Amino acid sequence: MSRVAHHTAEELADLKHRAPLLRLDGVTKTFPGVKALDDVSFDVRHGEVHALLGENGAGKSTLMKVLAGVHRANSGTIHLNGEPVEVNSPLEAKARGIVLVHQELSLAPELSVAENIFLGSLPTKRFGLVSWKRLNAAATHILDRLGVKFESYDRVGDLSIANQQMVEIARALVFTPKVVVFDEPTASLTDAEKVVLFDVIAGLKKEGTGIVYISHRMDEIFTLSDRITVLRDGQTRGTLNTRDTDEDGVTRLMIGRSLDKSARKAAPEPGPVALEVKGLSCGDLFRDISFSLRRGEVVGMYGLVGAGRTEIAETIFGLRAKDGGEIRIDGAPVDISGPPDAIRHGVALAPESRKEQGLVLGMNCRDNMSLSQLDAVSRGGWLDRGAEQAIYDEYAGRLSLKAPSWRTPVRNLSGGNQQKVVLGKWLGVKPRVLIVDEPTRGIDVGSKSEIHALIRRLAAEGIAVLVISSEMPEVLAVSDRILALYHGRLAREFAAADVTEDALVQAISGL
Amino acid sequence: MTKLDIQSGQAAPRLGVPDRDALRETLQKQGILIAFALFLVGFSLMSDRFASWDNVSTVFRQVSIIGTMALGVTVVVITGNLDLSVGSLLSFATVLVVDLHDQIGPAPAILVMFAATLLIGCVNGLLVGYGRLNSLIVTLGMLSAIQGLTLIYSGGQNVDIADQEGTWFAVFGRGFLLGLAVPTLIFLGLAVAFHVMLTRTSFGRRVFAVGGNPTASAFSGVRRARVVFSAYVLSAFTTACAAVILGSRVMGSQNNVGQGYELLVLSGVILGGASLLGGSGSIPKTVIGVLILGFIQNGLLLMGYPYYAQWLVTWVVIILAVWLDVASKRGAFFTRTS
Repeated sequence: MSRVAHHTAEELADLKHRAPLLRLDGVTKTFPGVKALDDVSFDVRHGEVHALLGENGAGKSTLMKVLAGVHRANSGTIHLNGEPVEVNSPLEAKARGIVLVHQELSLAPELSVAENIFLGSLPTKRFGLVSWKRLNAAATHILDRLGVKFESYDRVGDLSIANQQMVEIARALVFTPKVVVFDEPTASLTDAEKVVLFDVIAGLKKEGTGIVYISHRMDEIFTLSDRITVLRDGQTRGTLNTRDTDEDGVTRLMIGRSLDKSARKAAPEPGPVALEVKGLSCGDLFRDISFSLRRGEVVGMYGLVGAGRTEIAETIFGLRAKDGGEIRIDGAPVDISGPPDAIRHGVALAPESRKEQGLVLGMNCRDNMSLSQLDAVSRGGWLDRGAEQAIYDEYAGRLSLKAPSWRTPVRNLSGGNQQKVVLGKWLGVKPRVLIVDEPTRGIDVGSKSEIHALIRRLAAEGIAVLVISSEMPEVLAVSDRILALYHGRLAREFAAADVTEDALVQAISGL
Repeated sequence: MTKLDIQSGQAAPRLGVPDRDALRETLQKQGILIAFALFLVGFSLMSDRFASWDNVSTVFRQVSIIGTMALGVTVVVITGNLDLSVGSLLSFATVLVVDLHDQIGPAPAILVMFAATLLIGCVNGLLVGYGRLNSLIVTLGMLSAIQGLTLIYSGGQNVDIADQEGTWFAVFGRGFLLGLAVPTLIFLGLAVAFHVMLTRTSFGRRVFAVGGNPTASAFSGVRRARVVFSAYVLSAFTTACAAVILGSRVMGSQNNVGQGYELLVLSGVILGGASLLGGSGSIPKTVIGVLILGFIQNGLLLMGYPYYAQWLVTWVVIILAVWLDVASKRGAFFTRTS
């Protein structure tokens, strides 16, 4: 990483006087019911790496989509090389030299590396036939520059995710872009591959390309960037010179305060055991998991992605078949073969992915909330709209849901409010055991602490709550006890009172 | 809602935008009604017989078969699936009920036909619902399988009812009640029942949920397979009802009488604005979609065009309807490319 040198003071001064290559002024973008970007201004100069930071949901991806022509801003201007431009489609953005290296891969797995790189601009010979010779030569040229270990004719579907990411990057280089936006480019890269990527970025800088670098990783940002802009709640909170700041300064801008790790109140005395899991196993996903949840208690489940957290929750909820072990609710062994069984036994799961698993996006708030309890709000198959409305009114109130009306499709709500609908849907069934998987993923900081407080309150009302999270501050903030998972096994259990961050990190890393 | 936002300063929209948005929303939601009204006005101006009570009631009677079938297919489409087997299922059911009429009497014939037709609906439902097979493949295969079944049953012979005047079976296709044709009454009665079912029962809610997001529905305890299975049984049920009307009206049947109906039915459902992706659609709009098809056919005939002109015009109308729908959502008729 140290290969990317910082600018000297002289260069920096020079940089300051250079006209911005790309400038966004007062960009505002609203979606029905949500203001995703609020008067955002931002610029990138020639040969500069400008890091863009912000919590999930702060508006980074919306800003990038406006820049790449996927969304159109409601107001505001974009200047490229001092000229006002309109970017109405991704193709137009590309033609103007703005390319986006996606976090989500958008490759055609059945095609070769070369075809993917030049998709849409394949070199042709007579009769419009593809010139494979020129295609592979051109692709190899770009791949050499990236120093990758695969060939231009390899099938993309056969490559590792990291290598696919490199193909995605190669694709951005075809057009000799003016501005390259990297969205979490290192998420799936190994350290060696990162070094290569940083070299590529250094090369682009030298050629005068402007680079927008989005990442959550502070070390990368401080290694690579010249300036850092922080977004929060759709607004620009400030632009800092990387040299003049440190992680603390950036964090303060991001969340509006220093991280407070002692938000948790003293735990009340927990009640009897509500859920007991003994020796639960499921293939390679997890083995021999045993733990218990008491009424009135919040237990955090912490581990890396792939450690088996979500799979354990899905097995308890009946979405996966276990191949060993026992689940007891209130002391009695239960057989849960599907979500309806789980719901009947008082187990609720607010899943990891709100949009894919939690909500019917086109349906209104009220109908989404009653979906988990249709039998309870109907008599002989006839819906009782009064009962539905009562559930909505109660939980919209208790969760302080901000929705224009119960008729609003949940698609139009912000992430935090969508999560409240999911929670409302499960609170309505009056669960004994509530499992929440990544309850604040992609939610702004304000809603985050609101949801944390809510989880504590639910426990205080006598629900046994299991919180699955990959964010350590979250686990530390809400849990009475913490289960650390490593590779599908329960590595250690901590009482919240005597857990340290170091011990937790060691436990989930198998140390 | 827009007003509230302005007052609270939550999302100050640009001046002039709200009106356009409101107009777009209205067009999007009520586009089908507007198109329908334009059609009626246009045809009334071109032919003075068009708007007469006689003509309108004729159109209703004519669309009653396709309309009845479209009710069940609407349910299937809302679950995010297709049913292309209804055309040949109509042939099968009609041949069966007409043939059995003289052999075992009208009531038993109707019962046996319903049982057989619902059984075929169950097979579709098992394969798509529980087997999780692609509905296009399953019902397209079923389309030709039933054609074979019909020919095997009839030996390729057309069937008819001997005593066409003396049987009470005639009432379903030819009868009138309170000045309205029985087929029209069956169609509209079932439409009301289906509308109530989709909007007022927990089953109806599950249909929309499964079509809107199958995964989230499963996570909410909705049994997708059961819902999809029921949708196909309902689709077979409405086709069986249509077969009663058709058999009774014609008092006979050819082996391929329902050929091509699956596309007409689906056209009506799509004109009504149901999304083929599932999760949206409504019975009243399907009824209007079917009526548009009927009025196009009728209007063209009144203006002296041959009946096959309707096929071309219908296609144009469907493309226009779908295009308008898509265009109103993305705000342009063509996507911009540089």
